[in-house]
Amino acid sequence: MADKRAIFKDVPGRMYIGLTLLLIVGTIGLVLPWFTPTDPLEWYASPRNQTPSLDHLLGTTSLGQDIFWLLTWAVRNSLILGVTVAFFSTLIGVFLGLMAGYVGGPLDRTLSFLMDALICIPTLPILILLAALFGGQLSLWAAGIALVIFNWPFPGRQVRAVALSMREREFVNVAWFSGEGQSRILVRHIFPYIAGWSAANFVNTVLVAVATESALAVIGLSSATQATVGTMIYWALEYQALLGERYVWIGAPVIAIVALFIGLFLLSSGLAMRSADRRMSI
Amino acid sequence: MSGPVLEMAGVTRRFRKGGGLLGGKSFAAVDNVSFTLPEEPCVSSIVGESGSGKTTLARMLLRLVKPTEGSIRVLGKPVHGSEGERMSDQEFRRSVQPIFQNPFEAFSSYLPVVDYLRATAKNLEVAKGPKDIDAVVDQALLSVGLSLERIEGKFIRQFSGGELQRISIARALIPKPQLIVADEPVSMVDASLRMSIINIFERIKDEQEISFVYITHDLSTAYYLSDHVSIMNRGRIIESGTPADVLDNPAESYTRDLMDAVPRVTERWPEIEEIKARQQGKEATQVPG
Amino acid sequence: MIEVKDVVLGYGSRAFITAVDGATMSVGHNEIVGIAGESGSGKSTLIRAMYGDFSTGLRMTSGRITATFPGREPVDCHDMRKTWWSDISYVPQGSMSVLNPLMKVHKQLVDGLPKSKRKGSRQAIRRDLESFLAGLDLDPSVLDAYPHQLSGGMRQRVLVAVASYVEPHLILADEPTTALDVVVQKRILLMLVEIQRRLGNSLVFVSHDLGVHYQIADRLIIMYEGKAVEAGPTDEIFANPKHEYTQRLIGSLPKLGTRSSNATSLRRAGS
Repeated sequence: MADKRAIFKDVPGRMYIGLTLLLIVGTIGLVLPWFTPTDPLEWYASPRNQTPSLDHLLGTTSLGQDIFWLLTWAVRNSLILGVTVAFFSTLIGVFLGLMAGYVGGPLDRTLSFLMDALICIPTLPILILLAALFGGQLSLWAAGIALVIFNWPFPGRQVRAVALSMREREFVNVAWFSGEGQSRILVRHIFPYIAGWSAANFVNTVLVAVATESALAVIGLSSATQATVGTMIYWALEYQALLGERYVWIGAPVIAIVALFIGLFLLSSGLAMRSADRRMSI
Repeated sequence: MSGPVLEMAGVTRRFRKGGGLLGGKSFAAVDNVSFTLPEEPCVSSIVGESGSGKTTLARMLLRLVKPTEGSIRVLGKPVHGSEGERMSDQEFRRSVQPIFQNPFEAFSSYLPVVDYLRATAKNLEVAKGPKDIDAVVDQALLSVGLSLERIEGKFIRQFSGGELQRISIARALIPKPQLIVADEPVSMVDASLRMSIINIFERIKDEQEISFVYITHDLSTAYYLSDHVSIMNRGRIIESGTPADVLDNPAESYTRDLMDAVPRVTERWPEIEEIKARQQGKEATQVPG
Repeated sequence: MIEVKDVVLGYGSRAFITAVDGATMSVGHNEIVGIAGESGSGKSTLIRAMYGDFSTGLRMTSGRITATFPGREPVDCHDMRKTWWSDISYVPQGSMSVLNPLMKVHKQLVDGLPKSKRKGSRQAIRRDLESFLAGLDLDPSVLDAYPHQLSGGMRQRVLVAVASYVEPHLILADEPTTALDVVVQKRILLMLVEIQRRLGNSLVFVSHDLGVHYQIADRLIIMYEGKAVEAGPTDEIFANPKHEYTQRLIGSLPKLGTRSSNATSLRRAGS
């Protein structure tokens, strides 16, 4: 098989930038948390409202928390939420999308109807509703599950479209005449054509999940006990960080989230571009 | 052998065009076609222009499309029908194999082409164990002028159209089917390579005793290759017989028009000669004295 | 009339994919030139370059294509636009993608004429068109139809008629009959020959079907893998093919009327 490195030859530049950004954010969120000296969520563990110094790299919040370590935990939780939601969403979406597109018939009609219905329902208002039902706070678990339910139709519809077009392709028939069973055909013959789209979808869903949770958090409806980038922004706003000119407290999570989004977007569109490019030559 | 290789009786396939929820016209892509292939191996061509229904017919033979009416039987057993009535998948695949038109669509771009041949040998119970399977695959490839060594590990984009059709033929040969349905197998192959592939069909018919249904719009190759020719127009078979019957002495005017309109490489249409003559005549009178 | 010299043509901005790899040929006056070749031979690309259609990423990286129309200065292919529908016209392959599906045929045709050919009022032009079409055995009522109401063959005949209405010095036709019935194809081919003989202009005709070339081409150019491998009078090429590919091509044609049982020479040539 052509050497794997060659795959990166025709990768658009944006993918490199995206990956770099994600690497930085990933380090902050996944590597550094292992090194926190104390629980960064604990109130009044350090002197309040400190400006950045050697003791506290980004200063402290009005609640006496070290901003730097708090940020690492916030990014970690946001990433874990995003990646978990993306994983299950993509898994369910690809599976059901393949079923719908390839098998067709009444199964397809039912699944398509379901997918269209779920897509029409806007996620954020539903989450707000759920938060209200849960007494004003939505735990990350509940938010995660809701996000998976409302997001799987997006990869689902896309995969369904690709699976539909795959049905028309002659080599699928050749595979059948070669004695291959339906599931083998789906996995060995059809799935490689979907893999590229799945990867792009996955990355995109991470972005959507983090964005939605953050939106919920900034309104104050997300978890009070867990730190995410969104909740960090919420607490900063609650304690008048902008008015009090404590820009680092609110600035740090905002920059982190912007870097994350740009990185994810560049990666996902870069993957989609590469997938489309490859399709032209294939 | 249990009866004729192929029997089609009153086969019709209707489609609905336009309309929407209610109405829309239904038209018959294949209209009441009856057709039989005898027991001894032969090549039977179905010749028709685009829109004649020949591709739909091919797909019904290959169980890719269901007939609206009529029945298709291979070796006496029904091809279509519910699970219990029709031939089992396995039996069907061991009896009937396809060769499709587009060589570049015959295999996935992500798998080595030889995988399809090995899969055919294994799944259709032609051989067991890697050594036997490889032997069978090599044998099939040798019969089309290739070999396992030459194609091992290569992907679809590393082959030419002609080579890919040969590989497709080799794959179809592995289960030693009674019938191969070839849908325009050479129309997308370079003209200089077409005859070599047509000749392979002929050789296979003789050596391996396999019958072919050869579907094409090209009268020349049909005439060259077939023992039996059917002309298809607007879903119906309007004429059939031996090539000599149908093409040298066509009964239907459509067939005559078809024969007449094929651009040959041996003599020019009289109309062309006439146009040239008229022009020369005009020039002659215009030449200034 | 057209000189093609060592032309290299290709597509793509990042990676250059060569379609024509150093082709040289010429088209004279008052002749029908056929360009034959399989897909991938570069024939369609070459004719597009001759027509001067460099949209969609086509680039010429070396060589020259020059057109010298009677009574005019030589024109390079990159400037050919100026001569469209007056000195040169083009019959494309897919008629449906060329005609606007929302407009009646006559409106598109009259609107498409260059100013120099629009003499008189709309009605006058229309009447002129009608008599022209009648002269080519086309029912003038096609002018009042929408493109989708006409059959593929009909549309193609309309396109051929229009391409010749402006009496160009050169007509380029790229596989104009490929998607059509043989019976319809014959009518269109006869139409093309009729027009060429009447106008005394030149017709360059691209097709992969050698039978078609045998019927109508005075001279034939064989293209293979981006190069023009052989050129000459049609009868010459069929009788004495010189290049190896041409020999293979001519030798492997099943002649209608040959049966495999009595064509051992064909078989030896084929296997």
